[in-house]
Amino acid sequence: MTTLTDLTIAEARKGLDAKEFTAAELTEAHLAAMETHADLNAYITPTPERAREMAAASDARIAKGEAGAMEGIPIAMKDLFCTDGTRTTAGSNILGTFVPPYESTVSTNLWNAGAVLLGKANLDEFAMGSSNETSAFGNVVNPWTRTDQPERKLVPGGSSGGSASAVAARIAMGATGTDTGGSIRQPASFCGITGLKPTYGRCSRWGIVAFASSLDQAGPMARTVEDVALMLGAMAGHDPKDSTSAPIAVPDFAAAIEQGVAGLKVGIPKEYRPEEGFSPEIDAIWTRGMEMLRDAGAETVDISLPHTKYALAAYYIVAPAEASSNLARYDGVRYGLRVVEDGDSLNDMYCKTRGAGFGAEVKRRILIGTYALSAGYYDAYYLKAQKVRALIARDFKTAFDSGVDVILTPTTPSAAFGLDEEITDPVTMYLNDVFTVPTSLAGLPGLSVPVALTEAGLPQGLQLIGRPFDEDTVLRAGRALEKAAAFTAKPRLLEG
Amino acid sequence: MSLDKETVRRIAFLARLDVPDDQLDPLAGELSGILNWIEQLGEVDTADVAPMTSVAEMTLPWRDDVVTDGGYPERVTSNAPDRHDGFYLVPKVVE
Repeated sequence: MTTLTDLTIAEARKGLDAKEFTAAELTEAHLAAMETHADLNAYITPTPERAREMAAASDARIAKGEAGAMEGIPIAMKDLFCTDGTRTTAGSNILGTFVPPYESTVSTNLWNAGAVLLGKANLDEFAMGSSNETSAFGNVVNPWTRTDQPERKLVPGGSSGGSASAVAARIAMGATGTDTGGSIRQPASFCGITGLKPTYGRCSRWGIVAFASSLDQAGPMARTVEDVALMLGAMAGHDPKDSTSAPIAVPDFAAAIEQGVAGLKVGIPKEYRPEEGFSPEIDAIWTRGMEMLRDAGAETVDISLPHTKYALAAYYIVAPAEASSNLARYDGVRYGLRVVEDGDSLNDMYCKTRGAGFGAEVKRRILIGTYALSAGYYDAYYLKAQKVRALIARDFKTAFDSGVDVILTPTTPSAAFGLDEEITDPVTMYLNDVFTVPTSLAGLPGLSVPVALTEAGLPQGLQLIGRPFDEDTVLRAGRALEKAAAFTAKPRLLEG
Repeated sequence: MSLDKETVRRIAFLARLDVPDDQLDPLAGELSGILNWIEQLGEVDTADVAPMTSVAEMTLPWRDDVVTDGGYPERVTSNAPDRHDGFYLVPKVVE
């Protein structure tokens, strides 16, 4: 039974349709593995009962020949997606007991396609973090370890750290993530899996706990490019309840991935080689990625994205500003935590509730955002950042207008770091997202594909960036990279 | 840009966040560090640049201005810390 958890989503779909095993068996195998690897703390709320019910329903639909694209596939749902009747915490104490009376659109789409919910995956509080260490429900452990320090625990990245750890540890076949500045791609790279942040507007944001509304985008995390394409097809689509979700057709993403990259122009931006904090090893992996795509028939061309170095600073105004506004709703009135004592005023209640309910990083960002939006500072910070953001988006547009089809970069400047490193300087932590934030600011699709192991035996991903709504080309190029890299390494945890 | 303790206290109240007195100084240091790092945006010439106002180049869809959902106050208020008859209850606002 244990081998069932090693299947890809595509393989499992074939096996289910061929009646080689049942959805119930597939789900049981994953529930058992979840118990074995409970120490990873990848799940905040496992949902075994719901999983068994959903798997039984899948088996009934398969028997009737009514299987959907994700029929019987057990997945983890980042605990930022509201699930009707199942606690949704956003990794925060302020929502610690929140049970949504409604279901997010993306999760609804996945259930309609037949997916099975294994549980709600751990994450950085309100998706704010790059190591999953800001969760109120404890750290998540990366199933990978360094070969020279096998006992040392590493972070899974963040904010979708539980999702990435679960998929890498084979305790979910796939998982949903959300990405605001790199929260799908960075943990995917740290955990040796594949993760896609789709174009802004490809997936509905309705029912996802909001962080920064002009940046947030849901996306799939899985072990292969094909699986990511399958999942995205089930998740995406216009939703009248999110006016920023694009009213355009959802292509058959999985159908296009084997088309190869012959004739494609792959842009290599010179600015993605920062002077500080960029490991030479990762530079070498990037160069190998270029060779892989050239060997597959693509042409690499040097490009310039001149405003890259300002992306992080612009992001750390725009995202906190939007967060401070979005998180104003947690006031102890309608849901979540309330802290109030006899004789307290309404303001006392707001201040106490929010002071007790939010963690340190969330408070920092609310304060930065509030300051940036406050009277007298709006032009200097928020408006300035939105202008720089326009220039960053223009850089990408200029590159694509010059004939580049897709852009190849590293996903992260370094591989996974230790849980014991305790990075206390916020800016140092923010630098994790230096390669993913520009794509987010421009709203473009970005895919991280595991390509190689570092000398320490840790996975490292490369990122492919595409034109708006051209996930097809990104996935095609990702598949070419995946084939050439033949990344089959597994976390040491699974080698027993 | 360097924030002092009083500015942090003021912002914290604007954000309705209780910050204990002994945390004001450390927070002022952290926030100043972030803001100093953000100062680099000043190097970028944005004189003729319009701020980004929408991410995707698309016209937002329109719909009829009609009620499409609702009618279940019990569900809507089901997570309220304090409620009564389909209403949220809060501490007394007006004496």
